[in-house]
Amino acid sequence: MKNSKEIILKINGRNEKITVPSHRTLLEALRETGHVEVKCGCEKGDCGACAVLVDNVAIDSCLTLAWTSEGKEITTISGLGTPDEPHPLQAAFRDLGAAQCGFCTPGMIIAAQGVINDNPAPTDDEIRMGLSGNLCRCTGYAKILDAVGHAASEMRKNGEPS
Amino acid sequence: MSTIVNLDDSVPNVNYRQVGKPLPRTDAAGKVFGKTPYAGDYQMPGMLHMRVVRADIASAELTHLDVEKARALAGVVEIITAADLPDRMAATDIPGQTGQKRMDTDQQVLVRKRVKYFGEPIALIAAETPDIANRAAELVAFTLKPIPGVYDPIEAMKPGAPIVQGKDNVVATHKIKKGDAAAGLAAADIVIENTYKTPFQEHAFLEPEVGLAWIDENEVINIRVCTQVIEHFRAIADAVGVPHNKVRIRGALVGGGFGGKEDVTVEIYLALMAKRTLRPVRLEYTREDSLVGHGKRHPFTLTYKTGLTKDGKICGLDVQIIADSGAYVFLSPYVLLYGAVNAPGPYKVENLNVFAQAVATNNMFTSAFRGFGGMQSCAAYEQQMDECAKALGMDRIEFRRLNYLNTGDEISTGFVPPSAIWTEKCVDLAWKNLGGELALKKDGPIKIGRGVAAYQQSYGRLTFLHDTSEAWVGVEIDGTVIVRSGVTDIGAGQVSALGQIAVEILGVSLEDVIIYNSDSAVTPLAGTTTATRALYMTGNATKMAAEAVRKRLVARAAKSFGVEPDVVDLGGSRAFVIDNPETSMEFIDLVKLCASDGIHRSELVNFKAPFSDYLDPETGQGQAHPDYVYGAHAIEVSVDTDTGEVRVLRSVAVHDIGQCINRAAVEGQIEGGTQNGQGFALSEEMLYEEGKLVTPSFSEYLMPTSMDMPRVEISLLESRSGLGPFGAKGIGEPAISPVAPAIANAIADAIGVRVFEMPITPERVVNALKGAVGQM
Repeated sequence: MKNSKEIILKINGRNEKITVPSHRTLLEALRETGHVEVKCGCEKGDCGACAVLVDNVAIDSCLTLAWTSEGKEITTISGLGTPDEPHPLQAAFRDLGAAQCGFCTPGMIIAAQGVINDNPAPTDDEIRMGLSGNLCRCTGYAKILDAVGHAASEMRKNGEPS
Repeated sequence: MSTIVNLDDSVPNVNYRQVGKPLPRTDAAGKVFGKTPYAGDYQMPGMLHMRVVRADIASAELTHLDVEKARALAGVVEIITAADLPDRMAATDIPGQTGQKRMDTDQQVLVRKRVKYFGEPIALIAAETPDIANRAAELVAFTLKPIPGVYDPIEAMKPGAPIVQGKDNVVATHKIKKGDAAAGLAAADIVIENTYKTPFQEHAFLEPEVGLAWIDENEVINIRVCTQVIEHFRAIADAVGVPHNKVRIRGALVGGGFGGKEDVTVEIYLALMAKRTLRPVRLEYTREDSLVGHGKRHPFTLTYKTGLTKDGKICGLDVQIIADSGAYVFLSPYVLLYGAVNAPGPYKVENLNVFAQAVATNNMFTSAFRGFGGMQSCAAYEQQMDECAKALGMDRIEFRRLNYLNTGDEISTGFVPPSAIWTEKCVDLAWKNLGGELALKKDGPIKIGRGVAAYQQSYGRLTFLHDTSEAWVGVEIDGTVIVRSGVTDIGAGQVSALGQIAVEILGVSLEDVIIYNSDSAVTPLAGTTTATRALYMTGNATKMAAEAVRKRLVARAAKSFGVEPDVVDLGGSRAFVIDNPETSMEFIDLVKLCASDGIHRSELVNFKAPFSDYLDPETGQGQAHPDYVYGAHAIEVSVDTDTGEVRVLRSVAVHDIGQCINRAAVEGQIEGGTQNGQGFALSEEMLYEEGKLVTPSFSEYLMPTSMDMPRVEISLLESRSGLGPFGAKGIGEPAISPVAPAIANAIADAIGVRVFEMPITPERVVNALKGAVGQM
C-alpha cells in the first residue's frame, strides 16, 4: 500500500511486525493484527472503549497513530492477566458485577490501571475523575467504582508495583 | 450493595441454593479478560468491507444517482442501489411469532425516489478494504431536490401539512375511556392542567451496530450480528427474497441494546451484499452511522388535566398524548399504547379519558427504547401528582396515598394485575431512606431539593401478540448441564440467569452449566430480549424444562433408595432423602443410572404467556400486558440558581421485583437504569434542525459520566407474586421509569418553579427562574 511501512509494535510483551500506512491509528492496527480485545466505540476519543496502556499511561488508541507507538510498551486488557493469573482489577470486575454488556470493560480496566499507576491509593473522587473519559451505559458506574477501589486496596496489600 | 426488605408477613420464607444470590455471572470472566468475542470481532478469509451511503437532507427527491465512478475505483467489488433491488419492502413489524403483520409498516430498503429522513440509505458499497469502501462512498454522486418537510408532530397534523405517512400523518391513535372523565372534571373542586415535554433520546450502547454475513454450503445466508432479536431472520428473508429457512442469525454477546438493537439494523444490507457477491461481507457502523442509523426514543407532548376533590381524591383525568414517530412507523403504535395504558400511573382513576396519537414527521424515526412509552408517561404523571399536591396544599406523599392502586385493583384498561401492587410500601420506604421533606432549603444561590416518583411498568409483551418462548435443558453423562435457548444477552445477564434457574432446580452449581444461546437455526427460539420479557418468558421455559428432567432423575433416585419420589431432593450435586440425608448418591452416579436405563435426560418446553384479544378500540378496555411492576425512586438535588446547574446528590431506589434471581444483576439493572433516566432528565437530547442531526457524537450528546452519578441506594422488596420463575417480575425497564420525574420534582422543590420540558438543562432552569421572577 502507498505510504505504508513496516513497524514493530511491542504488544503485551511480544514484538509484532506489521505493515501499516501513516494514517492508521493504533486502534485499527491492533484490531487488524488480531488484538480484537481492544474495542472501537467512537473513533473520536469520546468514549474510552479503546484505551490501552502505552508505557504505563492509559491513552485512547483511536487518537494515536500506529507509527508513533513504535518502541513503546503497549498493554491491552489481555496483557494484564489471564483466567489462571487474574490481575486484581480483572478479579474485582468479575466478582463484583462491574461488567454488564462488557464492551466498555477492557478500556475501563485499562483506564483504572492508569489511575492506579498514577496514584496507588486513589479516593473515590479521584477514581471518578480518572474514569470520566470512559463511558459506560449499563452500570451507572457504581460497581465499577467499587471494583476499582477494591482492586487498588488489594494491590497495596500485595505490594504490587504501581 | 442493596438491602432486601421483606415487609409483608404474607410472603412465605423460602430457601434457595442459587437463586437470589449475588453470583458472578457466567459471562463475567470472558469479558474481564478480553476473551469474549463480540459480533465485530469475527473475520473470514476473503471478507469484503461495506459502507452505507446516506441522504444528507431529510425531505427530498432523489433526482440523480451515479455510482459508475465509485464502481471504477480499484478494489470496489459491488455497489447496490434501489435500481438493483426488486420493488420489495422490508417490514419493520414486531418480530412476532404469529405471522400477523400490521398495516403501514413496510419501508424501502434503499431510497428509490423519495427521501423521508436525514441519513436514509441510498447505496451499499462492498470493497476489498475499509479504506477503499470509504473512498468509494465519497465517489457516489447523487442529487437530492429538497421537498418541503414537516418537523413537528403538531404541525404535521394540520390540514395542508406535507404528508410523510398515510393520509394525514397520524400513524396510530389509542383511546382509553373509563367512567366519565368530563363529568368527573366538571364535579372537581380544583382542576390542574399542565403540558409536559420529553426529548428524542439516544440509546448510546457502547458497541456500534456490526455484522458479518456469508453464504454456507446449503445456500443459507448466515449473519453474525449484534442484535436483541434473532427472530428477525424471517423479516430479513422476506426482504431479500429467500425462504425463511435460508437465513440464519447467529448472535453474540451484545455490547448494549436498550431497545436500539430491537429493530433490524445492518442485517438486510449484509444479506443483500453476501447474496450478490457470494463472498463474506462485514459492515461496521461508525458512531455517526449508529447515531443516524437507528431509531430514537419518541418525544412525547403530554397534557394532563386532573380534577381533584378538596380532600385530595382524583375525581377525573383527561390525558392527551402526541408522540413524534419520525419518518417511518416502526414500533410507534405499540410504544404509544404503552404510554396510553400507563397514563394514569399507579393511581386509581375512576373517570379517565386518554387520547393518544403518534404522528409522522421528517425527523429521525423513533422506535423501541427501554421504558417504551410508559416511561414518558411516568415523566408526566409523577410531575403532575406533585403539582396537584401543591395546588391542594397537601403533603405530596399523603396526597399520593389517597389515590394509590392497591393489590387487586383495576388499572386503566379494567384489567386486574395478578400480582402484588406495593406502590405504597415502595414510596414510603424510598422517602424514608432519603429522609423525607427538607425542613430548610439553604440560603444563597445553591438550593437543595427532594423529590419522589412512583411508576407502573409492564413486563412481558403485549398479550394480544400471543407471546411464546422456548428453552431446552439437558444433563450430560458426566453430570454437567446444558441449556439451549435462542435468548440474546444484551448485557443484563439474561443468559446467566437461565443457568442459575436450571441449576437451582437440578441441585448442582453454576460452574456445572453451559448455556448455548442466540442462534436462530439451532437454539429453540426464545422470542427476543425486549419488553422486560427474557427472565419472565425464557426463565419460565427453562424452569419448566429443568423440572421435567428433575422429575425423571428424582424418580430414578427414589427407586434406588426404595422410597417415594416426593421425599427425594436434589442439592449440593447429590440426590438424597429429605429426612434421611445419609441415604444419598452423587448426582453424577444418578445421571449414569438414568443413561443406562435409557431415561430421557432432556426436555424442550414452549412457555406461553397469557393470550388476549386486542383492546376494545373505542374504550381501550381489556388486557394489554401479562402483569406490571411497581416501585419508586427518590432523589436529592442541588440547583445553582445563578448558573442553572443541577447536581444529583442522592438517588434512592425501591422496587418490588417479585423475586431476585441474581442480586448483583438486579442491582446492576437499577444502577444502569438510574443513569439512563438521569441523563434523560438533565442532559441527553438528540437535536435535529429540519430533520438533520446536529448532535452526531458523544461530545455533543451528553450522557452521565462517572463524575455525575451518585451511588444508588437500593432496597429490593420481594412479594414473590410475579408471573416469572420463583415469583419474579422483571426490572430492565422498570428501573428507568421513575428516575426522571423524581429528579424533576426535586428540582421544583429546590427552586420553587417547575421546568416542564426535559432535559432540564441549565438554560431551562435559568429561564424558568427568570419567568418566575417576571411573574412576581
